[in-house]
Amino acid sequence: MLQIVSYTIARDLRLALRRPADLVSVLFFFIIVASLFPLGVGPEADLLRQLAPGVLWVGALLATMLSLPRLFADDHRDGTLEQLALSPNPLGLMVLGKVIAHWLVSGLPLALLAPVLGLQFDLPADALWVLTFSILLGTPALSGIGAIGAGLTLGLRGGGVLLSLLVLPLYIPVLIFGAGAVDATVSGLGPGAHLSLLAALTIGGVAFAPWAAAAALKIALE
Amino acid sequence: MSMINWFKFSAPSTFYPLAGRLIPVFWALFAILALAGLWVGFFVAPTDFQQGEGYRIIFIHVGASWMSMFTYLVMAFWAGMGLAFNTRLSGMMASALAPTGALFAFISLWTGALWGKPMWGAWWVWDARLTSELILLFLYIGFIALTHAIDDTRRADKAGAILALVGVVNVPIIYFSVKWWNTLHQGASVSLTKAPAMASIMLWGMLLCALAMWMYSLAVALMRVRVIILERERHTDWVKELLAKRSQ
Repeated sequence: MLQIVSYTIARDLRLALRRPADLVSVLFFFIIVASLFPLGVGPEADLLRQLAPGVLWVGALLATMLSLPRLFADDHRDGTLEQLALSPNPLGLMVLGKVIAHWLVSGLPLALLAPVLGLQFDLPADALWVLTFSILLGTPALSGIGAIGAGLTLGLRGGGVLLSLLVLPLYIPVLIFGAGAVDATVSGLGPGAHLSLLAALTIGGVAFAPWAAAAALKIALE
Repeated sequence: MSMINWFKFSAPSTFYPLAGRLIPVFWALFAILALAGLWVGFFVAPTDFQQGEGYRIIFIHVGASWMSMFTYLVMAFWAGMGLAFNTRLSGMMASALAPTGALFAFISLWTGALWGKPMWGAWWVWDARLTSELILLFLYIGFIALTHAIDDTRRADKAGAILALVGVVNVPIIYFSVKWWNTLHQGASVSLTKAPAMASIMLWGMLLCALAMWMYSLAVALMRVRVIILERERHTDWVKELLAKRSQ
């Protein structure tokens, strides 16, 4: 069981590291989006500090979403996915491995990058820690839910736009609690409640989403 | 085995004439209930002493909101049935219900805005209920977009079914997250929940209108499913016979 998951993670990581440009472009998308907001709303530090949690979280959400189509598309194109579906091992476990690998190359770097961008928005130090931690905690749920959307839109025309239409409404709870945790820190309430709910969403998302995504993949491969 | 054949009407060929017989019944019920509801709403119900005549929009608004939520549940039910029993008709029902649900979600938001402008002084506030109704509309649109993007109807039905079921799991989570998001921050300045106890005649008008919308949904969904059946089963013998009979 665990072997299948770890094998899939290792394989996907190796594939991702052989094409680092994909990984880097997602990170630069995040940086550019976050840098556009001060240009749009003006450089006042008070305003930026208020906007920061929402802007950085929405940026992380969009960056995660941009990298979703590649989750299954490459394996689908060269037929690997069909072989994986034919194997006697449960497809859900392989999808779980792919979700974890996707998080390692998108969610984790985004979380490490977020405090640097938070400095641009003049966030205080404790809020920077909470921001990093909330993105670390929330992005696995984004990868999991996104896998369902990626499976449903696999091989469809206009898949990218459709994917965002399907996935973004489902991302709303993660956004609310993730940005809420940082907001609560800034306003002195303490982030505990938000972070607990975020962890609950991640546990639920990572546990159940791979199976729904596997069902979607089986339909797409019929 | 039981004597009742539960799956008799799950075949499109037997369901098509049944739906054809039911549609006039639902239209008639809709006409009676809508006339009665609107009559109560416009002529019998008294003017509200706080809100004036403007409150009368609730006769449309409440029913539309209920139907938008209820239709999503019915759609997800048929989606689940389609996945579980692999029946063709279930997927057709789900895709026939989606536009009606989206329409009611839109009407609910629109009438809410019309009511909100004179009462709250704003077309839109980020109240928990408004936000979750908006997200419900997004979910409907996602379902419709996904099923229309897939050419193979069997795959479209199944993919839409998974999306509808994932949505149904998410709807309570989204609802509570939006609710907490709002109340944690600013505290609801306006709330639909603490409405004063309603006069019973107003309640009657509202219920009649809601039932009328229910009948309308049934009639329209059945009409739409009949069209979908004809479109998808056009290669079968019974559809060819039916069309030949009709064109004579």
